[in-house]
Amino acid sequence: MIRKLAGPFSRRRLLRTASLATAGTLAGFPTIWAQNIKNVTLRQFGTGVSNLNAIADKVKADLGFTLQMTALDTDAVTQKAVTQPKSYDVADIEYFITKKVFPTGVLQPMDTKRIKLFDKIVPIFTSGKLTPTSQVAQGTAPHTVAFVESKASTKFAPHPTQWATLIPTIYNADTLGIRPDLVGRPIRNWKDLVDPTFKGKAAILNIPGIGIMDAAMVMESLGTMQYVDKGNMTRPEIDKTVAFLIDTKKSGQFRAFWKTFDESVNLMTSGEVVIQSMWSPAVAAVRSKGIACTYQPLAEGYRAWAGGLGIAKHLSGLELDAAYEYINWYLSGWVGAYLNRQGYYSAVLETSKNYMSPDEWGFWIEGKPAQADIKSPEGKIMEKAGAVRDGGSFYERMGHVACWNSVMTEDRYMIQKWNEFIAA
Amino acid sequence: MKLRAPYLQAAPLAVILAAFLLLPMIVLVVVSFFDYDSVQIIPSFVLTNYRDVLGSMVTWRTYLSTLRFTAIVWAITLVVGFWVSFYLAFVVQGRVTQLVLFLVCTIPFLTSNIIRMISWVPFLGREGLLNTVLLRLGLIRQPLEFLLFSDFAVVLAYVHLYTLFVVTPIFNTMMRIDRRLIEAAIDGGARFWQIVAHVIIPLCKPGIAIGSIFVVTLVMGDFITVRLMSGGQSASVGLMISNQISLLQYPAACANAVVLLAVVLLMIAAILRIVAIRKEL
Repeated sequence: MIRKLAGPFSRRRLLRTASLATAGTLAGFPTIWAQNIKNVTLRQFGTGVSNLNAIADKVKADLGFTLQMTALDTDAVTQKAVTQPKSYDVADIEYFITKKVFPTGVLQPMDTKRIKLFDKIVPIFTSGKLTPTSQVAQGTAPHTVAFVESKASTKFAPHPTQWATLIPTIYNADTLGIRPDLVGRPIRNWKDLVDPTFKGKAAILNIPGIGIMDAAMVMESLGTMQYVDKGNMTRPEIDKTVAFLIDTKKSGQFRAFWKTFDESVNLMTSGEVVIQSMWSPAVAAVRSKGIACTYQPLAEGYRAWAGGLGIAKHLSGLELDAAYEYINWYLSGWVGAYLNRQGYYSAVLETSKNYMSPDEWGFWIEGKPAQADIKSPEGKIMEKAGAVRDGGSFYERMGHVACWNSVMTEDRYMIQKWNEFIAA
Repeated sequence: MKLRAPYLQAAPLAVILAAFLLLPMIVLVVVSFFDYDSVQIIPSFVLTNYRDVLGSMVTWRTYLSTLRFTAIVWAITLVVGFWVSFYLAFVVQGRVTQLVLFLVCTIPFLTSNIIRMISWVPFLGREGLLNTVLLRLGLIRQPLEFLLFSDFAVVLAYVHLYTLFVVTPIFNTMMRIDRRLIEAAIDGGARFWQIVAHVIIPLCKPGIAIGSIFVVTLVMGDFITVRLMSGGQSASVGLMISNQISLLQYPAACANAVVLLAVVLLMIAAILRIVAIRKEL
C-alpha cells in the first residue's frame, strides 16, 4: 500500500501514507492529520448558489482549514475557470460548463477511490439513470461529462471510470415561475409562456444556452417542432427556434429578458411579469416578500442542472489532501441538508437525512405536507404548516427531467443567432 | 541634460500609457485575428472574426440601433446641457451662487451610475410611482407600458446619466466668454437669439465639442444601461461584445471591439474636424 501511493517520494507523503495505513481508512474522517492542516487555505469559486459563508464557517469548525469563497455569475465562472487556473484550488462549477472547461486541462481528474461515499451518489451522475428504468434526458446529462478515461486524460469517458471530472454536490429541476394571483388560470404547459393572454407580461432568461432550451420546451409544447436533442440542436433547428423567438418578441409577448437572479425576482415581485423562466431560490425570494409565487410543474417536464466540485490542476501535496477531505466532508451530510433545505438536492441524499428533521425530509424530499412551519437554513419561515412542495417529491421532480443544461456542438452558431434575437 | 529633461518629465505618463493603453490595444488587435472554439482561443491568423462581424446583419442592425441611441441622446443632452449652462453662466448672478448651483448639478453623481439607473425602475414600472399617480388622477386608464423596458427608458437613463458631461465643459467655456462682447452685441442692436447664435454658440464650440465627445463615446461603448433599462430587449454594440466575452469568444469580441474603436475614433475625428478644440480653447 505504501509503495503504491508514495508516487513522488517525499518524506511527508511517506509519513502521511503510513499514518493512513495505520488508521486503516483512506481519506476517512474524522481527520487524522497533523496540525499543519490548520494552515491550509483552499480557494474556491463558483456561482452564488452554493458559495455560502455558512459552509466556509462549518469547514473551519469541522475540518480545521480555511475555505475562501468567491461567488460569481455563471458566465464569469466559466471565464475564471479557463483563463485564471492558478487563481483557485477548488472549482465549484456546473456540469454543462465542464464540457467547455475540462478539455482545457485546468482541472485534474479526481480519484473516485478516495471519495468515501462515491457509491452512494445519486446514479444520475454515474449511470445517468435516476432509477434503473428511467430514460436519460436530452442535453448535456451530467454522467456524460463526469468521467475521463485516465488520470492524464482530458477526454470524457462514456462510462464511469476511476477518474471523475467533478464530484457532484448540488442539482435541481427548473421550470416556469408564475404569479398564481395574476395569471388567472391554471398553468400546465411550457406553451403557456407564449399565450397571448400574457402579452407583455412574460419573460425569458437571456443566457443563450439556457434560454434557447426554454424556448425549445415551449416549441415542443406548442407542437410546432420536435427536436432530436434539445441540448444539441442542428443549425436548422436553431434557425427555427430563433425565428420563433423573434416573432414572439415582435408580437410584444416579452416584458423583459433577465440575466441575473435578482432581476428575475424584481420582475416578479413588481408584477411586471406574471410568468417567466425562473430558478428555485428566486421563487423562494419572491415568496419571502409575502407575494404568491409558484414554481409550476409542467406536463412536458423540467430543465435540470447540476453542479459539482473539481480540483485545480496545480493542486498537490497537503492542499490536495485537504481538497479531498473537503469533498468527502461535503458529501457527508451537513452541507447536503443545508442545500436540501433551500430547495436544491444533494448528491448523497441518505447522509443529509441525518441532518434534517423528519418533517423537513418529508417536505423537501418526499413531497409530503409540512407538519410544522418549514424554515430556511437561516431560520426564516419559508412555508407554513400544511404546505406541499411545488412539483412534489424528489422522484417526481428529478424523474421528470426533459433536458439538462447543455453546451451544443453548434454553440458558436447558436450564440450568433441568439444575438440576432436580442437585437431584433 | 537640458535636452533630456522634457523627455524624463514625460516618461512616467508615457510608460503608464504604453503599459495600460497601448499594450492592451495591441493585444486586442492581435487576438482579433485568432481562431477560437467553444473551449479555447487558438493562436493563428484568420479573418473569420472580421468576416463574422462585418458580414452579419445583426452587427449592422446593432450598430444602427446604437448610432440611433447616440444621435438621440446627443441631441437631447446638447439642448438640455446648453440651456442649463446658459442659465448658470448668464442668468444666475454672482460667482458663489453659480458655483453652488453647479455643484448641486453634480449631487446625483455622488452615487454609482447603476444605482441612479435602477432607481428609475420602481418609478417607471407598470405598478410604479408614475403610473400609479396618473391612474389615481384619472389621466390614464391603463398603465403606460412604454415607460419601462423600452427605448424610451434607455434614452431617459442616458440623458439623466450624461447631461452633466455636457454641462460641465459648456459651462466652463461660457464662463470664459468676455462679457463685454455680449454688451457690445446688445449695443449693436442684436436681439437675444442673435446673441446666442452669433456670439455665444461660436465661442462655446470647444465646450460643445468636448461634451459631444463625452456623450458619443459613453453611449457608443455602453452596455449596462441598455441591458437594464430595456429589460434586455434592445441591443447595443457594447452588449454584443459583453455577450461574446461572457461566452469566451474572445477573438470575436476583440474583432468587434476593434471595429467599434475605429467607428468611435472616426466620429471623434469628425467632431474635431469641425471644431479645432486646441486653437479655440
